[in-house]
Amino acid sequence: MFTRRRKPAPVERLSATDHNKAPEPLVGEDAGKRSTVGLDYMTYEQLEDFGSELDDVRQRILNDLGQRDADYIRRVIRVQRAFEVLGRIGLFFPFYWPVFVVGIALLGLAKILENMEIGHNVMHGQYDWMNDPMVDGKRYEWDIVAPAQDWKHGHNYIHHTYTNVHGMDRDIGYNLFRIDADQPWYPSHRFNLPLAFMLMLVFEWGVMYHGVELDEYLAGRMPKEEFQARKKRALRKIRRQVFKDYLLYPALSLPLVPFTAWWVPLAVLGGNIVANVIRNIWSFNVIFCGHFPADVQTFSKEQAENENRGQWYLRQLLGSANITGTPLFHLLTGNLSYQIEHHLFPDIPARRYPEAAREVRRLVEKYGLEYNTGRLSKQLASVARQLATLAVRPDDPYKRGNSPESKALRRAQRAARE
Amino acid sequence: MALAPFVTSDHYVSVQAYTQAPREVAIGIIRRALGSRAVASLTSPHTVDHYLEQVHPMLTVALVRARVVDVRRETGQASTVVLRANGAWSGFRPGQHVQFGVEVNGTRKIRCFSVSSSGARPGNRFSVSVKAHPDGYVSQFLHHRLRPGTLVHLSQAEGEFVLPSPVPDDLLLLSGGSGITPVMSMLRTLRDTGHRGRVTFLHYARSRADEMFADELEEIAAAMPSARIHRVYTRRPEDAARGGPSGRFTAEHLEQVGVDPARTPSYVCGPAGLIAAVRAAYDELGAGAMLHTEYFKVPSVDPDAADATGTLTFEDSVASAENSGATILEQAEAAGLTPAFGCRMGVCNTCATRKNHGAVRHVISGAVGANTDETIKICVNVPVGDVNVAL
Repeated sequence: MFTRRRKPAPVERLSATDHNKAPEPLVGEDAGKRSTVGLDYMTYEQLEDFGSELDDVRQRILNDLGQRDADYIRRVIRVQRAFEVLGRIGLFFPFYWPVFVVGIALLGLAKILENMEIGHNVMHGQYDWMNDPMVDGKRYEWDIVAPAQDWKHGHNYIHHTYTNVHGMDRDIGYNLFRIDADQPWYPSHRFNLPLAFMLMLVFEWGVMYHGVELDEYLAGRMPKEEFQARKKRALRKIRRQVFKDYLLYPALSLPLVPFTAWWVPLAVLGGNIVANVIRNIWSFNVIFCGHFPADVQTFSKEQAENENRGQWYLRQLLGSANITGTPLFHLLTGNLSYQIEHHLFPDIPARRYPEAAREVRRLVEKYGLEYNTGRLSKQLASVARQLATLAVRPDDPYKRGNSPESKALRRAQRAARE
Repeated sequence: MALAPFVTSDHYVSVQAYTQAPREVAIGIIRRALGSRAVASLTSPHTVDHYLEQVHPMLTVALVRARVVDVRRETGQASTVVLRANGAWSGFRPGQHVQFGVEVNGTRKIRCFSVSSSGARPGNRFSVSVKAHPDGYVSQFLHHRLRPGTLVHLSQAEGEFVLPSPVPDDLLLLSGGSGITPVMSMLRTLRDTGHRGRVTFLHYARSRADEMFADELEEIAAAMPSARIHRVYTRRPEDAARGGPSGRFTAEHLEQVGVDPARTPSYVCGPAGLIAAVRAAYDELGAGAMLHTEYFKVPSVDPDAADATGTLTFEDSVASAENSGATILEQAEAAGLTPAFGCRMGVCNTCATRKNHGAVRHVISGAVGANTDETIKICVNVPVGDVNVAL
């Protein structure tokens, strides 16, 4: 009665609010040509089996969702709200520095929890089954300058569907860094490392800018109305966030000035900035460890076209990297330390990833695959090494985007298409 | 504290206007302050309710919530749930319904239920009455497992099927089966406000054992000399008083109870069959304008099963199913999808979905719509042949 069929056209028509679509394959023009993802590891038949085994894992967990998962996310929300309120109160005591410092730390932690374990995961639709408007992926808006709608389009749809496919996944180096040897080198990539350091401090602004997709508009791939709508949404969100963190809360401390010191509102402002930067540094580090360590594989469009289910899963597995750590560490990463499981099953509640990881590792063993995992320090060092080595100008002119050879090649490719 | 409708002899007047204690005024001001834009900027991007509910679940400003005070069995199949709503509740008009959400195993299940209590009593206490549908997960849950103290998530009262204000002297209230609940709210309100006009209540039930509020109806008959209450038992006519109407509704029943349809505003709530019969009778007598109706039970499957052909395609999910003749919502759920839904009876519009192409039949009105790119409520539409929806 219930059949699944392949979609006839590429998936471009989906709207940005479709956040929890089941994984969809990349469909090529030549339907007879099969994807070559994963053929180094197994045959097409084995890939099919691999896919259906992972489908079973997903279904088993989905069938088991219930009160415990609902209680869990509500408990996290409760802790987050408490941290946020206590942190904001602490910020009003800059004349008593221990309270002030604890306030900054709590507000930073609250923002980390809100963005990672709550916001990111809720907006993946992980808790849509609860039918509770407080944790509804379609309605949730997170505490960061990037508006949810455009982030969901770029992240849930583009990044999670076309993960690590060159020319499709805009998250490979975010159009800023050369993080993969298959990316063409440009002179700006010499500054890979210092640029990454700067992005780390202002990461939420980077996420917002990435979601506006100015590059897509300038390249003529996005209509003007769409770009302006994105710009408008971003500006509105920026206004609200900046107003709250950097104007309203400092202003609320003005009545304290006559009793304490003139610099109290400035201290509150500073505390808010520091809390946001703490969150920026943390989420930058977690997220860069998800796809950018060495040995994480990327794919060409031709390779990935017409994947079967198993190949889709395998691309996610080979294109992601995990971080090991304690349960508290996993909570603070929003379980994105289980990046592999997150990419395999983006819409199941993240607290189930450790459980899924056991099954995934069993399959990795069974089919002789690679499972990229390591301590935070190891993965971070690997990312830094990648950024440093790939910043160096390659000798091969075809690896340099601005070399005459590359330009001639692109011209020839364009001519061939027309 | 809230805007619970308060009824004087003929008009609904907001209680707030003149009967508030200073404490309630203060609470009202605090509530308005918490709901203000200034506070919203402090909690942005979340609402103030995201924080208040952590202090106490009933403290929300915009989200209507209630505690179950009591669950009373009305018949073997029906219960009345008495609720105490929080201050976000702005009251109801007799005849309206609410979306009623309870959490079962982590999932909030939402259904529409009619308010059955009197609208004449100020305060936040009211009741809904529900007949447990054999396949109705939520109504069965309410009837058998709901306990006092449970937190319930509500909408504001909704619906246009309400007593007019001012209340006309002559009225006909007509109901079938569990369609009695909104009508009961109207009747109780009329009793409590001392309405002196000629109210005729005509109710159809299968038997006396199946009838909700049976004893109270007798009390009302005694307390309201101007009201005439007639009950028709379609399966066990011997339960009824002699000499009244019998069998299913016909135009003669109106005559037997002494109602002139052309001059009597009439409020009818019940299953689709009863409403169709009443509507036909009124139209024949040229009195259609006097009739106000509310459907109660929605047939979940199209009676005309010959239409159950073709394929139902869920475009966005890249899935399809053989048309089983059930509503699109049910077929989508059977196919493993999880579309948003609310009342499941065509009222709340939560499940509104774009139909890309194909013909659908509305299970209540029977109207067939075949427009492309049309938004439909998938809980009350069944596919007729091949249909493609954006799910």
